[in-house]
Amino acid sequence: MRWVKERLVLALGLLVLVYTFVPIFIVVAMSFNNPGGRNVYQFGSFTWDNWKDPCGPDDLCSTLLTSIQISLLATLVATLLGTLAAFALVRHDFTGRSASNLLIFLPMAAPEIVLGSSLLALFVASGFAGQLGFWTIFIAHVMFCLSFVVVTVRARLAGMDDDLEQAAMDLYATPGQTFWRVTFPLVLPGILGAALLSFSLSFDDFIVTNLNSGNTTTFPMYVYGQERVGVPMQVNVVGTLMFLVSIAIVVGMELRSRRRAPA
Amino acid sequence: MSDTVRRRGRVGYLLLLPAALWLLVFFVVPLYSLVATSLFDPAGSDFRGYEMSYAFGNYGDVVRDYAGPFGRSLMYGALATLFCLVLGYVLAYAIAFKAGRWKNLMLVLVIAPFFTSFLVRTLSWKLILADDGFVVNTLQTLQVLGDDGRLLATPIAVVAGLTYNFLPFMVLPLYASLDKIDPRLIEASGDLYAHPVVGFFKVTWPLSLPGVVSGTLLTFIPSVGDYINAQFLGSTNERVIGNVIQAQFTDANNYPVASALSVLLMVIILAMVLVYVRRAGTEELL
Repeated sequence: MRWVKERLVLALGLLVLVYTFVPIFIVVAMSFNNPGGRNVYQFGSFTWDNWKDPCGPDDLCSTLLTSIQISLLATLVATLLGTLAAFALVRHDFTGRSASNLLIFLPMAAPEIVLGSSLLALFVASGFAGQLGFWTIFIAHVMFCLSFVVVTVRARLAGMDDDLEQAAMDLYATPGQTFWRVTFPLVLPGILGAALLSFSLSFDDFIVTNLNSGNTTTFPMYVYGQERVGVPMQVNVVGTLMFLVSIAIVVGMELRSRRRAPA
Repeated sequence: MSDTVRRRGRVGYLLLLPAALWLLVFFVVPLYSLVATSLFDPAGSDFRGYEMSYAFGNYGDVVRDYAGPFGRSLMYGALATLFCLVLGYVLAYAIAFKAGRWKNLMLVLVIAPFFTSFLVRTLSWKLILADDGFVVNTLQTLQVLGDDGRLLATPIAVVAGLTYNFLPFMVLPLYASLDKIDPRLIEASGDLYAHPVVGFFKVTWPLSLPGVVSGTLLTFIPSVGDYINAQFLGSTNERVIGNVIQAQFTDANNYPVASALSVLLMVIILAMVLVYVRRAGTEELL
């Protein structure tokens, strides 16, 4: 009885964890689904066809490519600007620091629909309503990724003692050497984590994107549009691949950081 | 953090400037633009034909016409947050205190499913909750659900989807709070003959409150604004506010009314958050 009691919480926790994976199993299973009938939300029979021909359905791969392009670009800019801002907020003292912290916190506290609609209101008011597309999506994505980057990198920087940097300086390293050989490698995992988060936020966004996209279609918008007629099974192939790639990245980063810090 | 020497001077400004400018131009100015648009007269509803008329009447119309979707969104959000809190607390507690050397692995597993497309994952709930699916059949056998009862296209499905989608936003802050608690404090309460349940409510729960507050906010705010779950899993007759705002913007091109809806949603959420944070009384948010 005591044995059961001790493990009850762990067992319940594992049960919750299993629950979060159920939809993933479904997505993987559906990537091998040949629905047969009209109801694509049922498992018909097993097939490899979806994997052989992931770009089969019109627009699937072109929208995927659009999404990847926007996410890469938005991640690059958001990570760069966000990392600089995080350094400013942790390492520098200036008037308006708390106001800046608030400015960075607020976009995370606003519902996406408000973020998206306010940007659209601005674009319409300033006469850009006709130019909605790739670049307006990019602007929006940098805006909402930025805060998450700052918060992630700031946490890493704040949790880091500057003893090592002091030591480098004591050993007559120039500020530049200290930064590139000591500070930057130590913050890098935080920056990479922030970039990964930013990419997935941007890639996955529907609500903000849909409001500011004009005629450009991203992958989430494609899935949303197909839902009414029944999404092609290849969408599940993309879902499965996304899962595998991100697991590979996370495992790779984990292994890298273990090798670097054997302690 | 306390060891860090902060430098004064202009470099700080220069580092911050690009990000601050981006947020000012593409976050603060748009909010102003949204409020301004919400005061336009919808009668002049052509693309450029708006007249600034301080039409506060938009707000009255919007409250009258869309109280239903507003109430529904807030209720779905509140229920999803509650379920996330229960499930998330169990999971975060298990990771923080019972996982031992599997801690890091379990944390990775919490986030892992969420790297697959949000929309694709939500669609898979259509299959899980399908009318003749395993879940519905089991519930019918157990007589929980009537013979012609269903889950898909009901509010239950929407709340289930929201709970699933926003669970990690609850688990991570909860874990961060729980992990900071010194287990000796819990042991001490046991040594003083407190029943484990009493110990939980007198020691663990109060110490985890910062996590509870930020977790509930991070879950509640996005789930109130979300409409993917309602669209995919709910009934088409029961629209949520996000859906209405989206349709007013892109289908009806009624920017003043859409903006008024959006501003109102933000004001309601901000008001609720302020009251909640005051009552919960935690100062170290995020």
